[in-house]
Amino acid sequence: MTHPWLPNLSSKEDILKAMGKTENDLFSDVPKELMIKGELSLPHARSEYEVKMRLRELKDKNVELKYPPFLGGGVCPHYVPEAVKFIIGRSEFYTSYTPYQPEISQGILQALYEYQSLMAEILDMEVVNSSMYDWGSSLAEAVLMAFRINGRKKVIIPELINPLHEEVLRTWTEPRGIQLVKVRPNEEGTLDLDDLSRKLNGEVSSIYVEQPNFYGILEDNLETVVDLARKLKVVTIMGVNPLSLSLIKPPGEYGVDIAVGDGQELGIPLNYGGPYMGIMAVRWDARLVRQMPGRIVGKTKDENGRQGYTLILQTREQFARREKATSNITTNEALMAIANAVYISLLGKNGFKELGEEIYKRSHYAMRKIVKELGYSRKFQGDFFEEFEINLKNYDKVHNALLRHGIHGGLKLSDTSSLLCVTEVHSKKAIDEMVSVMKEVM
Amino acid sequence: MWRQALWDEPLIFEINKTGSSRQGIMIPKEDIEDDVSIPDSLRRKEIDLPELTENEVVRHFVRLSQMNYGVDTGMMPLGSCTMKYNPKSEELAQTITEDYHPLQDESTVQGTLEMVYETQEWLKEVTGMDECSLQVPAGSAGELAGVIMMRKYHLGKMSHKDEMLVADTAHGTNPASASMGGYKVVYIKSNEEGLVDVDLLRSTVSERTAGFMLTNPNTLGLFEENIAEISKVIHEKGGLLYYDGANLNGILGIVRPGDMGFDVVHLNLHKTFGVPHGGGGPGAGALCAKGEMARYLPYPIVKKADGKFTLYKPERSIGKISSFNGNIGNVARAYVYILGLGKEGISEIARLSTLATNYLIYKLKDSNLELRSPDRPRKHEVVFSAKRIYDETGVSALDIAKGLLDEGFYAPTIYFPPIVEEALMIEPTETESIETLDMFANALLKIIENAYKNPDRLRQSPSNTAVSRLDQTKANHPSTVTPSYKVEKLRLLLKNDLILK
Repeated sequence: MTHPWLPNLSSKEDILKAMGKTENDLFSDVPKELMIKGELSLPHARSEYEVKMRLRELKDKNVELKYPPFLGGGVCPHYVPEAVKFIIGRSEFYTSYTPYQPEISQGILQALYEYQSLMAEILDMEVVNSSMYDWGSSLAEAVLMAFRINGRKKVIIPELINPLHEEVLRTWTEPRGIQLVKVRPNEEGTLDLDDLSRKLNGEVSSIYVEQPNFYGILEDNLETVVDLARKLKVVTIMGVNPLSLSLIKPPGEYGVDIAVGDGQELGIPLNYGGPYMGIMAVRWDARLVRQMPGRIVGKTKDENGRQGYTLILQTREQFARREKATSNITTNEALMAIANAVYISLLGKNGFKELGEEIYKRSHYAMRKIVKELGYSRKFQGDFFEEFEINLKNYDKVHNALLRHGIHGGLKLSDTSSLLCVTEVHSKKAIDEMVSVMKEVM
Repeated sequence: MWRQALWDEPLIFEINKTGSSRQGIMIPKEDIEDDVSIPDSLRRKEIDLPELTENEVVRHFVRLSQMNYGVDTGMMPLGSCTMKYNPKSEELAQTITEDYHPLQDESTVQGTLEMVYETQEWLKEVTGMDECSLQVPAGSAGELAGVIMMRKYHLGKMSHKDEMLVADTAHGTNPASASMGGYKVVYIKSNEEGLVDVDLLRSTVSERTAGFMLTNPNTLGLFEENIAEISKVIHEKGGLLYYDGANLNGILGIVRPGDMGFDVVHLNLHKTFGVPHGGGGPGAGALCAKGEMARYLPYPIVKKADGKFTLYKPERSIGKISSFNGNIGNVARAYVYILGLGKEGISEIARLSTLATNYLIYKLKDSNLELRSPDRPRKHEVVFSAKRIYDETGVSALDIAKGLLDEGFYAPTIYFPPIVEEALMIEPTETESIETLDMFANALLKIIENAYKNPDRLRQSPSNTAVSRLDQTKANHPSTVTPSYKVEKLRLLLKNDLILK
């Protein structure tokens, strides 16, 4: 018997013979009564061609949409350039491991240092780790960090937080007795500052704001929020869509303590749920850096004075500190961080801004067209980036009509409300066609 | 002789020296009326990003990749990491995941859901569990979810349990996850042989014990042969048994966690099921459970009803551990891996990985590397102690690891598990040929010989890699620690007066 991935399959007996052992000897410590008896119920081995045909069969069972879906909710469709795919497909990166041996891993270390540096510029914060799983888990870790720092258990979150992030946050923090308190939105859809000041007090551990929030709306008074929090020594956490930071003020400019977010929108495909790319950054403050989870790459020199990179501040991590570690995280999303680094480098200073402006423009074009031609309204009036909510009379009717035309509309928020996402992959033609189908079923 | 490439590659920020405007992507533009703009109060100032063309960016990162080492480059015997070959056909799987949004209407992704469903079914079969959730993005996330499930289960039974037992050979993630889940960690010391001391376990387990987190084979590569007894001891006190699947490669196809009495199991699809490690991630996890515990699994799980596939939430689900459906892009790679091996191949994995480990032990039996319980067969990995070599020559496990880099191999995991002094933890996997195993063993023997002949030279290795040993003090000291280009610029501006305090 041979198999393309198992080189010793056909020489098993020879190797055993050389060792003077039998296969049974190697498993003599496994109690007989526990061993698998008979065959596992699995498919027979398939050749690569047969696997490819099976995948084609599965793909045919998916609906081929005419345009990328007008769907967001935390991750959005974007174009991923071939150069990004090519670089992360380099097997020296792709099949490597966490760079525990820095001398032989300078490539990935420098690439991750560059990711940290590029993201540091975008966020305007000094210390970025080399990745977490995704936005939700980064947020959960940030809240746990704040808890370790001040020992308080109350956490303020906005009512218009992405509900998926909120759910992850609840799952991770409930065992530690963290209690979430929500601040309601005003008519604009931004944080109601009166409600916030009522709820903010010395018992609060951290406050989390999302920029833009789940409705795509841009918070326009974060200076006040940070100010209020700082007076009470409340840790400030800001969740950001890094792509929106091509146009709007970054977390560093507000002086927030921790920034979290997802790098999916910077060169990572939708992947039906992952891998994505959890962002986590902190200000230049030892108290924050020491509590930060995840791996950080730093610059140093080797014994010959040559510049080099290595993992730093590792005493925070699970393998060194076990139950006293800042987190259990081990495997992260390193390759996705490289995708971010390559994509941001390709965009560069101008491309980044151009992309943000194009998305801003197109999403506003779509929103205005829907409001003007269909008479639908928005629940909140604040300015937005990329995603916007519209109040339509019957979500299901519109959604099904669009699907019949090969178009996937927005996310269902309620029977009468949809959250739409428009990016650079949604052409004017696609937007116009979506609106005209919506018009037909009105 | 092997030598790694060395490029004097500047930082991506320092390549364009002219300050001229360059760009690596053309942005699609639509001609639509443009009278909207971000309010001035929100508008950001200029960002310092590189300005480069596509070819400059590609060359930069290709050069960096040449200063890196992956399984495609050579053997990576990292213990407990299962660095097996990642079949190239796995890349075909992207066609059914890449462009699909996780919140898309289920009717539009039936094929993708079918793939997830089949993967769940196969993982249930190889683990012997009742249900699997693929929502966990990695092993540690699975552990955390597992601990939270155990917590919720006990709370539902109104039983106050605040202790989690962990073997002293456990991966560091076990105690870290238990502690994140709100438990006090109690270590169970191993016996002389390197196995769980069942008597000690029996006297430690109490009504306060929520569960026992164990990997089998353990991190010494030894099969916990008393597993049935361990399971009985834990369950008798109302505790649960958690399986850390990091070491599944040593038993895959031989014995199943479900049959050993485990209640909750996590798997690392990037270890056992061939998903590439990506330089530290992304991986993908699976969390499987038996009996009542299945109702607590994180969601969504794919269910089949009336020929249709749907996402569902188990009755008492702990919720979500990551924001969407899990790392489905990698689940699809594991799907291809299992399909490519089939039942015939899967049942050979433990046999061949165990064979490779024991062959290395056989090849190294006359060296000065020491082994606890030398007569016991190892499974997927083996932990040697280099203490005798260190005592006799001053050459440490770290020096031996660096010596291996100079021979063109990646190094084993070192100084783990902590119960072994000067530990070298080696996991060859089933995908290294007998020829490579021989070369590796010979390289190790040569290094040990050199430890006695020329220890100083070994302490200065590696020299065939891009750089030599790095200054860790400079890297970590509050006045020199440099985690980003932004900090480099600040240091320059403040004339080095930038301390992390």
